[in-house]
Amino acid sequence: MTESLESSPLTPVPGTTGQTGTVVRSTVLKRLFKNPLGILAIVILLAISLLAIFADVLAPFEENFANISKTLAAPDAVNILGTDSSGRDVWSRLLFGARLTLLSALLCAAVAIAIGLPAGLIAGYYAGKFEAVSNWVVSILMSLPGLIVLLTIRAAFGPSVWIAMIAFGVLISPSYFRLTRSAVQSVRNELYVDAARVSGLSDPRIITRHIFSVVRAPIIIQTAAIAGVAIAIQSGLEFLGLGDPAKATWGVMLSEGFKNVYLTPTLLFWPAFAMALTIGALVLLGNAIRDALEDGEKIKHRRKPAVKGTTTAPAAAAKRSARKTPAAVDAGTEHHLVKVTNLGVGYPQADGSLKKVVDDVSFHVDRGEILGIVGESGSGKSQTAFSILGLLPDTARIVAGSIQFDGNYTVAPGEELVSQERLSRLRGRRISYIPQEPMSNLDPAFTIGYQLVTPMVRVLGISKAEATKRAMKLLSDVGITYPDRTFKAYPHEVSGGMAQRVLIAGAISCEPDLIIADEPTTALDVTVQADVLDLIRDLQRSLGVGVILVTHNFGVVADLCDRVVVMQNGRLVEEGAVRDILRQPKELYTQTLLASMLEGKTPMSMLVSSQKEPVS
Amino acid sequence: MIRFILKRLGSGLVVLFAVSVLTFFLLYISSGSIARNILGDQATPEQLAVKEAELGLDQPIVTRYFKWLTDALGGNLGASWFSSEPVANALATRIPVTMTMVFSAMILIAIVATLIGVAAAVKRGWVDRVVQIGAIIGDSIPGFVIGIILVTVLAIQLGLFPATSTISPGEPPSAWVLSLTLPVIALLINGVTGGAQQIRSAVIKQLERDYVRTLRSRGISEREVLFKHVLRSSAPAGLTVLSLQLIGMLGGVVIIEQIFALPGMGPLAVAATSQSDQPVVMGVVMYTVAVVILVNLVVDLLNGWLNPKVRAS
Repeated sequence: MTESLESSPLTPVPGTTGQTGTVVRSTVLKRLFKNPLGILAIVILLAISLLAIFADVLAPFEENFANISKTLAAPDAVNILGTDSSGRDVWSRLLFGARLTLLSALLCAAVAIAIGLPAGLIAGYYAGKFEAVSNWVVSILMSLPGLIVLLTIRAAFGPSVWIAMIAFGVLISPSYFRLTRSAVQSVRNELYVDAARVSGLSDPRIITRHIFSVVRAPIIIQTAAIAGVAIAIQSGLEFLGLGDPAKATWGVMLSEGFKNVYLTPTLLFWPAFAMALTIGALVLLGNAIRDALEDGEKIKHRRKPAVKGTTTAPAAAAKRSARKTPAAVDAGTEHHLVKVTNLGVGYPQADGSLKKVVDDVSFHVDRGEILGIVGESGSGKSQTAFSILGLLPDTARIVAGSIQFDGNYTVAPGEELVSQERLSRLRGRRISYIPQEPMSNLDPAFTIGYQLVTPMVRVLGISKAEATKRAMKLLSDVGITYPDRTFKAYPHEVSGGMAQRVLIAGAISCEPDLIIADEPTTALDVTVQADVLDLIRDLQRSLGVGVILVTHNFGVVADLCDRVVVMQNGRLVEEGAVRDILRQPKELYTQTLLASMLEGKTPMSMLVSSQKEPVS
Repeated sequence: MIRFILKRLGSGLVVLFAVSVLTFFLLYISSGSIARNILGDQATPEQLAVKEAELGLDQPIVTRYFKWLTDALGGNLGASWFSSEPVANALATRIPVTMTMVFSAMILIAIVATLIGVAAAVKRGWVDRVVQIGAIIGDSIPGFVIGIILVTVLAIQLGLFPATSTISPGEPPSAWVLSLTLPVIALLINGVTGGAQQIRSAVIKQLERDYVRTLRSRGISEREVLFKHVLRSSAPAGLTVLSLQLIGMLGGVVIIEQIFALPGMGPLAVAATSQSDQPVVMGVVMYTVAVVILVNLVVDLLNGWLNPKVRAS
């Protein structure tokens, strides 16, 4: 609820966004504390921090106190982890080392944030010259090998942990810069930021109020990662002997242990363990925060489908009566091209329940016939179509019913999954698919020609040259004026309407018996829609194929289809010849659907009539 | 295409120039007592003056920089102030060791991380969980600590590998392989765990794309969808990670070489920087930055080849 408020244009009133921001954070925190690994990480980091802070009190010895008569000693009551080669207490040095290591990691992160965050905010918000210059600086910083630079810095300024960490903070600041800049760029033009600007909020206030709340969480995650890297780098420098020898650090202890590796390899263990524990806890913490944030988004995304599944009682009752009626299907003996019987599709949920998206749906399609499946979004019409294609998401399960194609089961009664073995023999060959969104359904990395030719070569077993010839013919068949130019083009070089023609060409390229078209015109301009519908009808007539046309648009149904199936909330509401349903819809839902779709849509109804004329 | 390469090489040169100025002036801060460091405490003021004149330290910094720059452009990187060894020679004997390790590690990372990442994305289940846990462990243990663990366990305790290197130009290749195995493993573990994780999420993201479903609907086999289409679209993400890992590795290899006592660039860099041996430091820094610039250029070209949209712009 809070998430939807965040992006809603209703929130720009100054002050309220800050409040929603805290609500979001508290839910993230709550989720974080539900994650056992997150709690573990926090506990470990807290424990190490406390040990470091109270090192003076807790450590039995000074960090450099050396008992020369007791070197490389095994653990005993006085030196609980033993002593090193100078007789210094390992436990004490570990505690003092923790303090220095944590402080240096904090310093490094603080420097990186102090540089990267404001620079990223300014570059993202104002863009322009500042962004160009900072991008250039970032590209330089990012191509510098960190350790080599730190060695040079040390040559210039001497062996100081703090200078090294400040320098490393500068080197690593681009990671905050880029993070902040892209986050700011993505919200800069959001409505609520626009509204804040219009309502007269000053830029600094907008940045701190609205934009900072967006980057806060990613920055915490990034800081966990960077603190880990800083610890590794700092320890590495100390290990090389480039630090201040008077200070106890984990890196120095590792180096000391490594020198005595033949005598007392356990000296290596403790600093390595401390380092891995600290960095590991930071990594886990970062992951836990990210999970907490992503879970929030998932809930946000799931909310819509969750509504789909819940059928309201009266609607369900209405459909139960309808379910009995679809006549020919229940008889069962006739041979149909596709026969769907009592199909149910569901998604198992995390809590063990099952969310049904298709429930008890039966219909059939014959050769040479166009069946429309119509319903609002979330009615389960696309899920039904994908069940026939065998291209449901991995998590989907067939929970009831069966599907037959040309007399053979692709989903036999009782089967949980669509048989990929059976369908891989049918897909492309006998069943083909026209998708909804033309641009996203072509692989951007391959030419249109390649994407037309390859399926023909694979499915029909013809040569590449022959497939190319056919592809050219297909492209001109679907009304593309310069087939050779389109053939060579990449998907991003053609228009949406042309891409949809290409996809239709692909769908008919292997002479299928059934074409499943999923909202084939929804993503297109109104003018192009009519052409594409004409094309589908002409091709269907000349090829004599069966077509399942999934749509939310009764205009399209009236124009193209022979029969229609109306779906709502995953259930079949009504089925029959288009003419009958349009004239006398029996069910209330169909009536409202018809009314709402035809009302006030003059351009669409004109389109329908203008297309009827040339045909009849 | 050629214009793109020239443009990128041009901006690379600008970066190199900027880095050279920065490094040179940084080193200037510590160059006050160089002559004494070279000649020792017994040197007389006259001897120091002669040495400083010899090294050109009596000149103003800007003059010195341009002297270095014109020499370097003419191919002369100067000689070490301490050992008088020409910098080009020092680099030439050490680069093969370091770059053999770095590039074998990178190639192995690319192959292994891709295989594991794709397996995790496609199979999910336990493979996926192992990869996820591996990524956390890999992130938690710095590469040089992995190196120390490998040396301690495999070389010193079990004696399977030499603990310190036996490589020198005259040695047979088998000695090189044996000496470089552990360092390369130490270098690549972080890269493999991190890279596999990145490739996993890239592949999962691509598998959810619409065009994958359409390809499947066209009768293209699952194998072809995965290896020809999905992997290709996931590659840019992997390449970016690889190039960042390479930049990190050029630093990490310094410590690894120290652990395994390998005669690579690492010891040279450590010695030169702790002595403020300016010509050597300049040589090492310039060389590493040039490698990074070239690798970034190659990555950009590969991305252009993989993604026609990038190519166009």
